[in-house]
Amino acid sequence: MQRFLRHDYYYHMRREFLIQKITFILLLVSFVSFAQHHDADHGAAAVETSSETSLKEEIKEFIGHHLLDSYDFSLFSYEDEHGKDVHVGAPLPVILWDSETGLNVFSSSNFHHGETPAESKGNFYKVYHSKIYKTDAAGTIHLDDHHHATNEKPLDFSITKNVAVIFLVSLLMFFIFSRMAKSYKTSALPTGFGRLLEPIILYIRDDIAIPNIGKKKYKKYMSYLLTVFFFVWIINLLGLTPLGVNVTNNIAVTLALSLMTYFITTFSGNKDYWKHIFWMPGVPTPMKIILAPIELLGTIIKPFSLMIRLYANITAGHIVLMSIIGLMFIFKNWIGSPLSFGLAFALSLLELLVAALQAYIFTMLSALYFGSAVEEHDHH
Amino acid sequence: MDKLIEQFSLGLFFWQSLLFIGLVLLLKKFAWKPILDAVNEREEGIQNALDSAEEAKKEMQSLNADNERILKEARAERDSLLKDAREVKDKLISDAKEDAQEQAKTIIENAKAAIEVEKKAAISELKTQVAGLSIEIAEKVVKSELASKDDQLALVDKILGDVTLK
Amino acid sequence: MTGLNFVGAGLIVIGAGLGIGRIGGSAMDAIARQPEASGKIQTAMLIAAALIEGIGFAALFAA
Repeated sequence: MQRFLRHDYYYHMRREFLIQKITFILLLVSFVSFAQHHDADHGAAAVETSSETSLKEEIKEFIGHHLLDSYDFSLFSYEDEHGKDVHVGAPLPVILWDSETGLNVFSSSNFHHGETPAESKGNFYKVYHSKIYKTDAAGTIHLDDHHHATNEKPLDFSITKNVAVIFLVSLLMFFIFSRMAKSYKTSALPTGFGRLLEPIILYIRDDIAIPNIGKKKYKKYMSYLLTVFFFVWIINLLGLTPLGVNVTNNIAVTLALSLMTYFITTFSGNKDYWKHIFWMPGVPTPMKIILAPIELLGTIIKPFSLMIRLYANITAGHIVLMSIIGLMFIFKNWIGSPLSFGLAFALSLLELLVAALQAYIFTMLSALYFGSAVEEHDHH
Repeated sequence: MDKLIEQFSLGLFFWQSLLFIGLVLLLKKFAWKPILDAVNEREEGIQNALDSAEEAKKEMQSLNADNERILKEARAERDSLLKDAREVKDKLISDAKEDAQEQAKTIIENAKAAIEVEKKAAISELKTQVAGLSIEIAEKVVKSELASKDDQLALVDKILGDVTLK
Repeated sequence: MTGLNFVGAGLIVIGAGLGIGRIGGSAMDAIARQPEASGKIQTAMLIAAALIEGIGFAALFAA
C-alpha cells in the first residue's frame, strides 16, 4: 500500500465523506477542545492537481493517512466555501532532541498541518511522510533514488496523537479501576460499572492466569495481565470509533507491549525453563545441540509473533473496513452503496469481536509464556 | 518488513513503554490489589459460610440420628416395661387365682369336715334318740304286753338269746 | 511489491486459511462430540489459530 502526502488533496467527495463523519464525532466526542485553523495560503497548484487525482487514489490516500500517527489531534478537516482548508482538532506539543541545540519544545500548530517548516532555536523542522526532518527556512527535503528523505532526523519524543490517546486511556483506566477498588471498601459486591468489569477480571484470573501459570504463582502476574488486557481492549475499541485513533496499528506500541511480556518471561524463568532451552532433557545429545538454538530463537519468536499479530490484525481490520466504507463513494448508485454500507456494518461488528479477541489472545499467550517460565517439572 | 522498520517511531515506543509501565504500577497499587483482595476475601467468606453451613447440616444430621436413637431406646424400654408389667399382672392374677382356689378348697374341705362331724353328731344323736324312742316304745309295748311277771321273764330270756346269737 | 511477492503473499494466505480452517473444523467436531468440554476446546482452538496466524503474518511481512 502506498502512502501519500497528507495535506494536499481536498475536494467535494472528501467533504461529503467528512461531513458524515462530523455528525458521528459531534455525538461521541465532547471532551476534546476544538481549535480551528484557517489556512489562508492554500496553493492554487494543489487544487489543480487534485482534479486530476482519481477518487480511488483519494480514498487510498485517506486510508494511508488514517493509519499513520500525526502531530496534532486532528479530528477532521474540510474545505470551506472560500476554498480554504479548515482543520478541526487540537495542537499537541512537539518535543525534539537535536544533537546541536538540545531539547526543543514547541506547539505542533507551528507546522500548519505539515505545510510549513517550524522554527525552533534557529533551526527549521518539517514534517515529511509523518516524520520530522531538519530543513532550511524554505523547507527543502532532499530525496535519494528510492524517494527516501536524506535530511537529518532529530530524536523525536513528541506527544503525538497516539501518545495523547495512550495517555488519555491510561488516565481513564486509572480512574475507572481505582474507583472500582474504592467501591469494595463499602460493600463486598461491586457497584455500578464494576458489576460489568468484575466478571471480566475474574475471567482473566480463573480462565487465563490460573490454568496457564498455576495456582501457586499466578498472583505475581495478575497486575500485568489485567492491565494489558484492558489497555489493548479499550485502545482497540477506541480505534473503531470515528475519533480516527488507531494506536495498536503502530508497530512501536505492540513492540513495547510484547517486549514487556518478553522481559517478564525471561526474568521469571526458573532453572527448569533455561534447562529446557539449552539442554532439553529426555532427548539424545546430538538432538540437544540442535535443539538449543531453535529453542533460543523460539523465545524471541514468541514475543515477535505477539507483536506482529496484534499489529497486523488491527491494521488489516482498519484497511478492510475503510476500503469498504470508501466503496460507498465509488459506487455512487443505489445498489452498490447500501450493499457496501451493509458490509461495512457487518465488518464493524466483526471488528468489535476482533478488538476483544486480540486483547484476549495477547493476554492468554502472555500468560502461557509466563506459565512455561515458572513451570516446575517433576520428572526423573 | 522494510516498511515496518521505516514506520517504527522511537518516540511512540518510548512513551508507550513509559506510560504503560507507570499504568501497570499505579493500577497494581490502587486498583488490582484492592480489587483482587476484596474479591478473594469475599470468596473466602462465601466458602467459610458454605463450610459452616455444611458443618451445621452434619451436626443437625447427627443430632437427628441421636434423637432417633434415643427415641428408639425409649420405645424399647417402654415396650419392655409394658411386657414386664403384663407379666407381673398375669402372675399376680394367676397367683391370686391359685390362692383363691386353695382357699376355696380348704374352705370346702373344712366345710366338708364340719359337715361330716355334724353328720356324725347328728347320726349319733339320732341313734341315741332312736334308741331312747325305741326303749320308750319298747317300754310301753312291754308294759302293755308284759303285765305278768312270767311274760317279762320269757321275753328277757328271748332277747338275751338273740343278743348272744348276734 | 513485485509480482512474485504477491504470489507468495497469496500462498501464505491460502496456507494460513487452510490451517485455521482445519483447526476450526476439528474444534467444531470435538465440541459436537463433547459439548461439556467446549470451553477448553475453544481456548485451545484460539491459541492454535493465533499461533498459525502469527506465523502467517510474519511470513506476509517478509514477503
